[in-house]
Amino acid sequence: MDLEPLISRMKLGAAGETGLWRNYRPAVKKDLCNRCKTCFSYCPEGVINEEIEIDYRFCKGCGICKEMCKQKAIEMVPE
Amino acid sequence: MWNLQGNVQTKGYRDGTRIRALLTSNEAIAEAVRIAKPEVIAAYPITPQSPIVEKIAEMIARGELNASFVRVESEHSAMAVIHGAATAGARVFTATSSHGLAYMYEMCWWIAGSRLPAVMAVATRSIGAPWNIHGDHTDIVLLRDAGWIIGMAETAQEAFDMTLQAFFVSEEVNIPFAVGIDAFTMSHTAEVVEIWNPKIPERRQAYRVLPTDRFAVNAVTMGKARMKARYDLAVDLENSAKIIEKSDAEFGNHGGLVEKYRLEDADYAVVMMGGWCGDAKDAIDMLRGEGYKIGLLRLRFLRPFPRKAVKELGGEVLVVDKGNSDIRGVLGIEVSSCGIEAKNVVAGIGGVDVGVEDFCKIFKNFVEGRIGLEWYL
Repeated sequence: MDLEPLISRMKLGAAGETGLWRNYRPAVKKDLCNRCKTCFSYCPEGVINEEIEIDYRFCKGCGICKEMCKQKAIEMVPE
Repeated sequence: MWNLQGNVQTKGYRDGTRIRALLTSNEAIAEAVRIAKPEVIAAYPITPQSPIVEKIAEMIARGELNASFVRVESEHSAMAVIHGAATAGARVFTATSSHGLAYMYEMCWWIAGSRLPAVMAVATRSIGAPWNIHGDHTDIVLLRDAGWIIGMAETAQEAFDMTLQAFFVSEEVNIPFAVGIDAFTMSHTAEVVEIWNPKIPERRQAYRVLPTDRFAVNAVTMGKARMKARYDLAVDLENSAKIIEKSDAEFGNHGGLVEKYRLEDADYAVVMMGGWCGDAKDAIDMLRGEGYKIGLLRLRFLRPFPRKAVKELGGEVLVVDKGNSDIRGVLGIEVSSCGIEAKNVVAGIGGVDVGVEDFCKIFKNFVEGRIGLEWYL
């Protein structure tokens, strides 16, 4: 029995580059952003860092960052 | 050594290793569970399975079984709880019937796909609609494609022995094991059972996950991983037949995957599974007395399917089913898939009583060539 298909170990992109699933890309308008880091806290994939840079290799485009942004500094752009 | 539950009548000899008791199949399974000592049991009540887990709950309350009994809000949760407990390395048990099995169906796939050993008793009962609490096999055949080992006992003794064997085999091959008994005719009907204490090794399993481990199971897979896992499960399920056959002598000598009854010189063979095989055997004895050369192949397992024994059947073959897929019975389809042109009767759905006289009538019609595919209504 090969258990490898069942087991996942911590490594970047263990399930491939999930950013490929994205239909809409969150784009940050730097001039509106006040660095409140709400998007950083809410991103379910953990792909937004504290500098509000998005790792598009793994961002699935769910849009939660855009919904949570009080400054309306994130816009979802069709891919 | 033995401390049977209060309401069980015990009789006969006590030689220190075995005791004879009057038990229903439900009680026999509960006694087997006490001996196998699972650490986690989770179940939701459903007729006719409930007495199994009631007895187990009483054993735990009396301190005779050191296990966590998790009272859950549904069968889906029951299977999820034993899935989680098994992942952490606990020996686990649950029991269900009918709608309960249907409700936990998703989790049945998860536990099989995760290659976790587990044992579940299924007191086989009809699935609605229309509502019916009586016995047939339409529920247990649901498990057919999920990747479980599926056994079907004929007597309370076999239910007891098979439950103990289930813990052994399941942990040997890392595949969950369902033990089937017929609703009411077995689950609530007492027979003399010899209770004994076979040796079952400590819990073994291919892997377990503890909070300190730095890996996860069953994350999303890409490419061929899922197919590879499914293939491995299919191969190992097929190979579990060898373990079942090999360990049969240690668990009551019931014949392995099948029981052959008066088949040696039979020109006509009947294929069936479950408790009503006892009535079928009586009918076969009567017909033998009248000169009919007929025998019974009782399938003790639906998965792994006893293909070899079925292919070896000579002469005419009739399959009598208690569960249907379309117009055909499920066993009828399975037997036909072995390259045999089997006649097929579907009977006893929803607990319709099929007794010895009925079997005599069906078998005579079969021998005299009057049966193709029909429902015994």
